Amino acid sequence: MSLKTVHIIFITASVLLAVGFGLWALNHYATAGSIGYLLTGILSVVSGVVLVVYGKRFLQKLSHISYL
Amino acid sequence: MEIPYTTTARPDTGLYNAKIGIWLFLASEVMLFGGLFSAYIFLRIGAPEWPGTILGENFASSFDVLSVPIGTFNTMVLIASSVTVVMAWAQLMLKDFKKFRYYMGLTILLAMVFLVVKGFEYNDKFVHGYFPAEGTFLAVYFTLTGLHGLHVLGGVVVMAYLWGPGAKMWETNPQQFTNRVEVAGLYWHFVDLVWIFLFPTIYLL
Repeated sequence: MSLKTVHIIFITASVLLAVGFGLWALNHYATAGSIGYLLTGILSVVSGVVLVVYGKRFLQKLSHISYL
Repeated sequence: MEIPYTTTARPDTGLYNAKIGIWLFLASEVMLFGGLFSAYIFLRIGAPEWPGTILGENFASSFDVLSVPIGTFNTMVLIASSVTVVMAWAQLMLKDFKKFRYYMGLTILLAMVFLVVKGFEYNDKFVHGYFPAEGTFLAVYFTLTGLHGLHVLGGVVVMAYLWGPGAKMWETNPQQFTNRVEVAGLYWHFVDLVWIFLFPTIYLL
């Protein structure tokens, strides 16, 4: 498995973390009502989307490199 | 005597020497961190409350003890460093050594930022008297993050070598040097992946 494949796995895990953390923060906003949690939640979900876009661009740019 | 398969793949494994070596090493690392994570799960299942009482004060959740903003910042730093280490490797594949140096330097810098921030976090805990002996939660926190921090430090040493004196190999054997950077990148991704699991389990849950 090459670094390219491992990086894609890592970015996938990072996207899951970003979305999960975002949901965690939004859930706390719903119960605590702190604006900080709302901002954190939104920023985290947006970070997840940014990471998905990055992952797609990364795959396009390194299409010539093997997965193995 | 020339060592075979330092740059080309062995026909039976399909991997060059360093890559098979790093995967074996990472397998042992998975067992090390896996064992500690298992210990954490069992300690937590057996605990009547978590984090519980620390220095006479009762805490309902881990994020009341630890700083989530600091943990989040460090998570972003490590994700960024995994991007830069891949960029460093990709630049070598494109035969651009100058850009390799730039991205590898950036990776080292980000790793050091992580360690400095972690140092401040530890210092804050110590100032308040939060030592590993003060409770199971703190013992788990310091053990897991401390071991992870040591791995980050190890990564800094290896990457600094590849950035500095080890980079001479680019002139004599560029393929082997590229392979070394890939192997270092694999290790670095493992270290970052451990943090991706550590952050939510220790700081949030």
